Amino acid sequence: MHEPQPRPDDDLILRVEDLAVHFPLGGGLFGRERRLLRAVDGVDLSLRRGECLGLVGESGSGKSTVALSILGLLKPTRGHIVVDGREVVTNSRSADRKALARTVQIVFQDPYASLNPRQTVRRTLEDPLRVHGVTAKSEIEDRVATMLKHVGLRPEQADRFPHEFSGGQRQRIGIARALILNPRIVICDEPVSALDVSIRAQIINLLLELKDTLGLSYIMISHDLGVVEHMSDRVAVMYLGRIVENGDWREIFERPAHPYTQALIAAIPDPLRHAPLATTGGDLPNPLNPPNGCAFSPRCRYAEAVCRSEPGPVLETRPDGHAVRCWRSEEIAGRRALASTESGSL
Amino acid sequence: MKLRANLVIGGSLFALAIIVGLLAPWLAHTDPVMDANLMNAEEPPSWTWWFGTDGQGRDIYSRVLYGARVSLTVGIVSQLINSVIGVALGLSAGYFGGWWDDVVNALTNLMLAIPSLIFALAIMAVLGPGLTSLLIALGLTNWSFTCRLARASALSLRNQGYVQAATVLGYGDLRIMVTQLLPNMLGPIVVIGTLGMGSAVLSEAALSFLGLGVRPPFPSWGSMLSEARDQITTAPWLSLFPGLAIFLTVLGLNLLGDGLRDILDPHSRSRRT
Amino acid sequence: MTGVPLIEVENLRIDLDDGSRRVAAAEGVSFRISRGETFGLVGESGCGKSITALALIGLLRSPLSIGGGVIRFEGREIQRLSAAGQRELRGNRIAMIFQEPMTALNPVSPVGRQIAEMFVLHKGKSWREANQLAVESLASVRVPAPERRVNDYPHQLSGGMRQRVMIAIALACGPDLLIADEPTTALDVTVQAEIIELMRNLCAERGTAILMISHDLGLVANVCRRVAVMYAGRIVEERGSADIFRAPSHPYTQGLVDSLPRLGSRAALGRVRLKEIAGVVPAITGFPDGCRFNPRCAQATDICRTAAPETDLLEAGGFVRCHHHA
Repeated sequence: MHEPQPRPDDDLILRVEDLAVHFPLGGGLFGRERRLLRAVDGVDLSLRRGECLGLVGESGSGKSTVALSILGLLKPTRGHIVVDGREVVTNSRSADRKALARTVQIVFQDPYASLNPRQTVRRTLEDPLRVHGVTAKSEIEDRVATMLKHVGLRPEQADRFPHEFSGGQRQRIGIARALILNPRIVICDEPVSALDVSIRAQIINLLLELKDTLGLSYIMISHDLGVVEHMSDRVAVMYLGRIVENGDWREIFERPAHPYTQALIAAIPDPLRHAPLATTGGDLPNPLNPPNGCAFSPRCRYAEAVCRSEPGPVLETRPDGHAVRCWRSEEIAGRRALASTESGSL
Repeated sequence: MKLRANLVIGGSLFALAIIVGLLAPWLAHTDPVMDANLMNAEEPPSWTWWFGTDGQGRDIYSRVLYGARVSLTVGIVSQLINSVIGVALGLSAGYFGGWWDDVVNALTNLMLAIPSLIFALAIMAVLGPGLTSLLIALGLTNWSFTCRLARASALSLRNQGYVQAATVLGYGDLRIMVTQLLPNMLGPIVVIGTLGMGSAVLSEAALSFLGLGVRPPFPSWGSMLSEARDQITTAPWLSLFPGLAIFLTVLGLNLLGDGLRDILDPHSRSRRT
Repeated sequence: MTGVPLIEVENLRIDLDDGSRRVAAAEGVSFRISRGETFGLVGESGCGKSITALALIGLLRSPLSIGGGVIRFEGREIQRLSAAGQRELRGNRIAMIFQEPMTALNPVSPVGRQIAEMFVLHKGKSWREANQLAVESLASVRVPAPERRVNDYPHQLSGGMRQRVMIAIALACGPDLLIADEPTTALDVTVQAEIIELMRNLCAERGTAILMISHDLGLVANVCRRVAVMYAGRIVEERGSADIFRAPSHPYTQGLVDSLPRLGSRAALGRVRLKEIAGVVPAITGFPDGCRFNPRCAQATDICRTAAPETDLLEAGGFVRCHHHA
């Protein structure tokens, strides 16, 4: 496997513009004001053909909401999602739904809950083809057999039920189901975190192979930064419904500019050192009552008065394409550089 | 797999009732309606008259055999109607949610608020007595539990990964409900259905006892009980045998329901495998 | 007291009764933990790590049971203790925290009361004193505004806060050993770092030993001084944590260390294909003969398929259970 060359600005297969998804929550009955959960609030994303975009953030950061919106399962409050030149609409017209289904698919986290226990693998893979108008029996059989081979299962395993497979094999079936309609984009939602540790490498390798052989584009959602670094070409970091940093994988992991990204990376335990983990302080704030100014300011060690005042920082893109939502990122970068040279000279 | 006692006993009792009903023409000693002979009236059970005879000299044994046909038809058909209505309403309500869910919920609560037998009585009053009216009356009044169950299952199942996957694959709503939700909720619904059959057999008996069921002279267990109530002290066998038939059939159906629940309950299954 | 380890497990075997027969879900499990030591037990689902912990605390329930071996706490065999003695040991000397604190906390009781209960039950305090101590406990696990939080119910707290409450309950009576079973698996990384640091610091201050159970070798190697790796019911390797990650001896441990993308490895080495461990994790009822890793091991030979390897002591300390170890 080789490092992909930086691509020229060829056409985007996915564009998300100013996406916002707000959920109204309860209240109302006794005159309490209706509260609004801003699960996603103004997200811009783009995905190039053949690219893997890592989407990183803690639970509640809105990354799954972004994924569900791209799949047309959630109605955006604001903004546009354009997939392969076509705007995603959630009017549930059958033709629109099907067209989207042939373009974007998803691999779920839990290989146990994501397969229908009462359907054989064959049925799970054949039904989507029939729904999408493939009627010739021989073609259906061919495509199912080819897909099983692609994901490393034997054709004779097709007539078994999900409970006859191990977790890793189930995830292979889940991948086969996602790919059976030849989609262009696959959203991988924590595809290995529910699997046994010794099985994860198999699935990661498989996903990367399939991306190359089938020319797929991935959105890789994961909290395991090691996996994201290994798989992604670009990485977007989300915090409380917004993107706080977005850039080339090497930039993100070697020169993280946002204090939150820095905290995420620092929190990963180093197995070779018996050293304390870097702590950030505090929990994720309540998304119903987000902090003033920068959402990360209550937990940020660099926060100053400007960070806590409205309006909050905007996502600013540097000339090299690295975008950061932080008032003080340059100052912080300078300090970190200084600190690392100091510790290096000691 | 260990066979459970309740499943075996319940299944056998229910199967016996069905076989008896089907083979009644061959097993019966006499015609249940025509072979009346006042010379033999109110004979107690004996080697000739196994279950005795009634006031018109008809063979109780033969009448109980034929009576199984009515009781079981009512039990099975009316419960099927209930199950179909309950599943259709509950499944769609749980899947779609929104105003349709509110409508179905209101309807279900209404059904639960009125005792179903009273409701059935009202329908019978409009339709008049007879087997068809009985099937309709009992088939329209007992779906609320199935509906509740189907709705609750649909609510929890619709968030399962495979249902989301089907949506993402572009399946239509009907296909998702039929292929993804229904097969995974069928177990408990079959259990409720079996128990419901038992109560339908009892309801048939009750309505026939009140003279609203199958019209005499054709026998059903309920109408036989109804006719026998005046002779309960003088000729107890008249009520004993149809009563026993009802008791054993309902007991069988309840045991069968319990047994099915044990098998179909995913927890007990995962423990076994 | 020196010389007697805090807890000593010798040749422990745990049976699983699957209705028709008994199979060993764990066997030949031996390890010692000294006072104040941090010891990690690492393995995948079904490897026997969690049931080993349950055996230590006397909480194995049917269909699981201790099938052999000895567990000693300060030299006393805990299987020989009376039920009351075991209970006393559980709350007071050995405490445990779980992966999902929501299932371990009582949902209908305020968290303060659940902490106070420990002081009333095990330390004979009055409720008034215990409530005051509960506030102090919450403060010690760095729950903000503890005097208000004591009245909260578990569902009103975030996952990280709940795990803090669990730690407060576990450490309330000053136990000698804290068993932490996947304590941070359900939490985000930044919260995980908080909880791990909290646990590590509190235990270090009080001299409490930690038995940490996890599937995450990296985390355990960072937290613990010694690590035992379990596979299919047996400990296959036990080493100092720095050694086990730098120079793993058992092919399974090597596979685990090599197979996962580690942060920074792509930047340093480029994207290399991950080394896979072939095959699947065996089920408890289908453990292979001989070395249980043999069907997935590239170095397996005939002897691996027939004879279970004995433990080989390593020069640098620790042991490995492999016929062909490095």
